[in-house]
Amino acid sequence: MATTVDEAPASRKTNRIGLTQTDYKGKPSTLCKGCGHDSISSQLVKAFFEYGIEPHRVAKLSGIGCSSKTPAYFLNRSHGFNAVHGRMPSIATGCVLANRELIAVGVSGDGDTASIGIGQFVHLLRRNLPVVYIVENNGVYGLTKGQFSATADLGSKLKTGVSNDLPAIDLCGLAVELGATYVARSFAGDPKQVVALIQGAFGHSGTAVLDIISPCVTFNNHAGSTKSYTWGKDNEELIHEVDFIPHFEDIEVEYGEGEALSVELHDGSHIVLKKLERDYDPRNRRRAMELLAEAHEKQQFLTGLVYVDPKEKTFLDLLNLVDEPLATLSVERVRPPRSALEEIMETLA
Amino acid sequence: MSTETLVGESKSAVRPAIVNDFSIQVATVNGSGSQSSNNVLMRSIFQMGVPVSGKNLFPSNIQGLPTWFTIRASKSSYVARKREVDLLVAMNPQTAREDVASLGPGAAVVYEETLGLEKTRSDLVFYPVPFSDLAKEVIDEVRLRKLLANMIYVGVVGHLLSIDKDEIHAAVEKQFKSKAKAVELNVKAVEIGFAYAEKHLTKSDPLRVERMDATGGKILIDGNAAGALGSMFAGVTVVTWYPITPSSSLVEQLIDYLKAYRIDEKTGKATFAVVQAEDELAAIGMVLGAAWAGARSMTSTSGPGISLMAEFVGLGYYAEIPAVIWDIQRVGPSTGLPTRTAQGDVLSTYLLSHGDTKHILLFPSSAEECFEFGGTAFDLAERFQTPIFVMSDLDLGMNIWMSDPFSYPDKPLDRGKILDAAALEKAKKFARYRDIDGDGIPYRTLPGTRHPLAAYFTRGSGHTADAEYSERPDVYQENLDRLARKFETARRYVPGPVTDEADGNEVGIIAFGTSHWAVLESRDQLRAEHDVSTSYLRIRALPFNDELAGFVERHERIYVVEQNRDAQMLQLVRMELAENAALVARLRSVLHYDGLPIDARSVTDEILRQERSKG
Repeated sequence: MATTVDEAPASRKTNRIGLTQTDYKGKPSTLCKGCGHDSISSQLVKAFFEYGIEPHRVAKLSGIGCSSKTPAYFLNRSHGFNAVHGRMPSIATGCVLANRELIAVGVSGDGDTASIGIGQFVHLLRRNLPVVYIVENNGVYGLTKGQFSATADLGSKLKTGVSNDLPAIDLCGLAVELGATYVARSFAGDPKQVVALIQGAFGHSGTAVLDIISPCVTFNNHAGSTKSYTWGKDNEELIHEVDFIPHFEDIEVEYGEGEALSVELHDGSHIVLKKLERDYDPRNRRRAMELLAEAHEKQQFLTGLVYVDPKEKTFLDLLNLVDEPLATLSVERVRPPRSALEEIMETLA
Repeated sequence: MSTETLVGESKSAVRPAIVNDFSIQVATVNGSGSQSSNNVLMRSIFQMGVPVSGKNLFPSNIQGLPTWFTIRASKSSYVARKREVDLLVAMNPQTAREDVASLGPGAAVVYEETLGLEKTRSDLVFYPVPFSDLAKEVIDEVRLRKLLANMIYVGVVGHLLSIDKDEIHAAVEKQFKSKAKAVELNVKAVEIGFAYAEKHLTKSDPLRVERMDATGGKILIDGNAAGALGSMFAGVTVVTWYPITPSSSLVEQLIDYLKAYRIDEKTGKATFAVVQAEDELAAIGMVLGAAWAGARSMTSTSGPGISLMAEFVGLGYYAEIPAVIWDIQRVGPSTGLPTRTAQGDVLSTYLLSHGDTKHILLFPSSAEECFEFGGTAFDLAERFQTPIFVMSDLDLGMNIWMSDPFSYPDKPLDRGKILDAAALEKAKKFARYRDIDGDGIPYRTLPGTRHPLAAYFTRGSGHTADAEYSERPDVYQENLDRLARKFETARRYVPGPVTDEADGNEVGIIAFGTSHWAVLESRDQLRAEHDVSTSYLRIRALPFNDELAGFVERHERIYVVEQNRDAQMLQLVRMELAENAALVARLRSVLHYDGLPIDARSVTDEILRQERSKG
């Protein structure tokens, strides 16, 4: 069902910086055939290619788990860092502080984010650090062979028939509440939407959280699961249709009054949200919380851009950092002059 | 002058004057503002040219529990804690009786007269002072009165010890900087104390301060401030931390210095980032993330934080990422004695994390070394691409030390083996974990390097020289062996031991960190009082270098002095010399682990005890 990276058709078409889609590929995936995560990796490759991002500017970061292996499966020409379980946010924070020119893309899973790493996750949100944070959410621990995770829905069943009796943590709800400024939910089985939302995240300046339901074909793809392909296909309900128009392209399509909402992102790109059943403005934080509460009550699987605030200050703005990367400042700029030390010594004499 | 004698009131015997060689202990209540008074008293003695050291023994508490501040004046420049208290200032009713009971015969006590302490012993010199009544003369406001009562004792003690009043005034001005009102009030309080003592107290103890010339050009500073300065002048750019006593003041002072000296003049923007993390796990993660991306990054913590960092530090070791971690050591976990000093993290930090790990540790003994190692740590971290620990402790970090002014670091920063785009173009190939130079240290590239060869994937222990994922036994073992080789290389790079030895000495002493100061004094005691001449090796880093074995070989009996229960450094020395049983048999242990800074007398007594039973 899902397309793995190595199976993606090689195209000789080049993007705006002269690279082919193949230039954005990674190593062959070692995940199970049909894993939702591989589909997301493919969409990442596509998103980077179409956007024309220079691979050397990307830092791929992850924690531990099946999802956290995937940074090896896209963007071979980017530095990657597979850290420890649940601690990718701190690696991302340090990385971005050291070099603000890097585009930090973090990939995590539901165990990594919602359990062992929830502390770092919520503090990342609070800081609105510039990072694209993708949760490949399958409700189950894969590498340790099939235990429930904290995002498994109440009443969903393991293969063994065991029912989950604890409520799920809604990562989008946490993200909106605690300060992320671009929050989306999507489905690995909906590649078109995944690509558009990832690209929107590239154009955004603060923390972008993408909670992508990504079925585990081995441990959580059976009847009774609420994170299976079938369940997703049958239940996905689009909040709106998401289109992305990068800053280097003109907006060609005209929409009629009230048919679509176009939100300008930090880098001048636009995310265009075409109206379906509901009249929804993702720039309204309170409305976003209501939407998520409503989806929870009605057990709806809503996908799309839940919340966006393109103007909020990021952590780098708050720290008032110099424009250049801290990592490569010259010694003259990081070692105060001799007179400074003499002045300090004088106050201590 | 120093031969002048005084008649003791409580004893009829004539007691020779004791000049510039005594300790004062001020017992107060936490949160009563006594720190300013203590600093003023200590600084005024310092300004008289007399070497001083100040040690704060404080509880884990904001307000209300007992606290003690010890000032030692020493014409011989001894700065270790002195076990005996010569002058007690008993300002805390809660502990006054116990404090007085613990004094040796002949000691003097300044105290609030309503406490009636003079009735408790007959072998001390008592100076009752009506502090609360006197404070009323300074100011009407009740809250300030309590603070100012503390400054009154400075005046009383100043008079008793013959401290120049002008020096106290100068110290008050330094303490309160430009706050005119505070200076005025505090000077007034000092004057009242002075005047009271002059009029009502008869000098009956032998202690006094006389001008000398041993502090000219020196500074007073705590080790944490020194470490902060060393880090700033080493070009730190990313600092992360989680508050924990006794390390918080390192980062807090660093923040102040960075704000003052590291704002870009042209743009008004910061050339540094400081993050108060959500916990120590995040603090070390941020350090590793930043260092991986090329920043000089550091964190500061204490033992409990070190243990939380264990997993990430292991990753730093295997993925070969620089990091600088200051461990301001303190006594054990959780509640208990978190504000007391120890050297108890040596073994656990040396081997921190799981699997095969061992780390480079630096042991500063002085404020100067805190400053110096602030830079050394970054150079080593980047040269060896591994976490480096600077093992300070509460005594060094939070107490006040006399020091020579710090020398400006002229050496260029050692950023280690980094390949940029031009170097990659020239090299035509790049393997992240290949040992090109035979020293175990591979080359690295930084994220953001614009070159097709630059990128690599960073992961834990299972990787090939090309940074590819591998679980092959031979690949794993090769990697482990290279890391061991890298550690061997480090022996030649880390600061070597400082030795002082003479031919014919049978006794050798090994110590590190703050134990140094007690050992220094103890060696003089052993020589002067017992005719035992000793050699000394002060460890400044792990891994050891070859000097250790030579030192042990040249002495019959080696005493390893340290501030923990299980002789942690001794265990490491034994491991190092394990292949030579004869050398191992020479090793003995001197331990101090009651939470207080180690003192010379304890070291001397224990060495003598073992020397006497050696037969």
